[in-house]
Amino acid sequence: MILLITGMLLILAGIWAILVKKDIIRMIIGFTVVDTGVHLLIVAIGYVKGGTAPIIDRAVSTADASFAGMQAISKVVDPVPSALVLTAIVIGLAVTGLMLAYAVRLNKATGSTNIDDHEEQKW
Amino acid sequence: MIKYLLVFVAVLGIGWILWQLGVEFQTAQELNPLASEYVRGSTSDLNMPNAVTAVVVSYRGLDTLGEVTVLFLATAGIGFLLKRRKRSAGLEIDDTDGAANVPVCDESALAGLEFDATGTTDPQNNLSNSLGSLSNSAVKTRTEGSEILKTGANMLVPMIVVLGIYIFTHGHLSPGGGFQGGVVIASGILMLIMAETRFHLSHLLLHISESLSGLAYVAMGLAGLILLGVDHFLDPRYLLAGQFLALFSAGAVPVIYSLIGIKVGSELASVLASIQHEGEEL
Repeated sequence: MILLITGMLLILAGIWAILVKKDIIRMIIGFTVVDTGVHLLIVAIGYVKGGTAPIIDRAVSTADASFAGMQAISKVVDPVPSALVLTAIVIGLAVTGLMLAYAVRLNKATGSTNIDDHEEQKW
Repeated sequence: MIKYLLVFVAVLGIGWILWQLGVEFQTAQELNPLASEYVRGSTSDLNMPNAVTAVVVSYRGLDTLGEVTVLFLATAGIGFLLKRRKRSAGLEIDDTDGAANVPVCDESALAGLEFDATGTTDPQNNLSNSLGSLSNSAVKTRTEGSEILKTGANMLVPMIVVLGIYIFTHGHLSPGGGFQGGVVIASGILMLIMAETRFHLSHLLLHISESLSGLAYVAMGLAGLILLGVDHFLDPRYLLAGQFLALFSAGAVPVIYSLIGIKVGSELASVLASIQHEGEEL
């Protein structure tokens, strides 16, 4: 529950930063904060009370692998949100890199990363 | 003022949407049927202990293929945006965005703004350089890494790369996998780039390893389609299941995850390489 609320607050703080800040770099930081908040939110949704990582280790497994799996079901968290977040973190890194590359290009072309200097980009 | 009010209303609205999610939410007491099926299937069906890897590589394998594609597209976009223009013999910029650059450099020359001459063969760019002679980021040189950083990098980088390979080959047994292992390898390469100014990654080698691993990943998926029949795309069970908790077990999962690791590692390394070469004369 704390995880869920923290994720929501991070999303809101990031959206505030995206909408209010003038500097493109700060807006990109806002995007990454939203990213982190969404990850926390997804992980919080997949959490099972008292659960541990969905990896059946030697302590749980006795001799029969399928029996170990049956035992583990009562002890582990949902693996699907973990898998989604796992890939989303790497994708988020690459997308942040793409945004920063765009900021570098914009800075090269006009010498400014302030959004007010790019009035022609407005719709 | 009115802008801040609108932003406040927007944030409040999104907060209200999230609040609706929050009040309804209760921490689950037990796994839902789908998740327990995945956990049971990862041990009994695919013969591997890590249920997250089972979901990433096998059960949601198509999603992972899509995510790798997104990663590839983002990398290609970074390479396109930060591309160095080669010095050509003629005076023309034969790039796709060369036409868009010319009016901008006129403007910056008049305003005396700093303009980085990405295509220095263009006479207008040279003019803008001489006029707006504040600074030219194209000729700046990077400072050499300190002795501590250099020695540390020489000692640590091989170990970091080996750790990355360990993480992605053991993805089906322990926490980790291709995505994490690839990022670890790329962080080692970042350390090398920071320490050595004259370190250049071979773009050709990166492109070859990236393309081959991506191709092999799709081929591994298609092998399941051919060997096991339709609706078995990316099913890893056509290789032997092996012994539970052994390195070569769980069918094709270690192979597929290693390929993903190589692909992610080389893609992020090529991102680092394009950022490194940006702003430097080649």
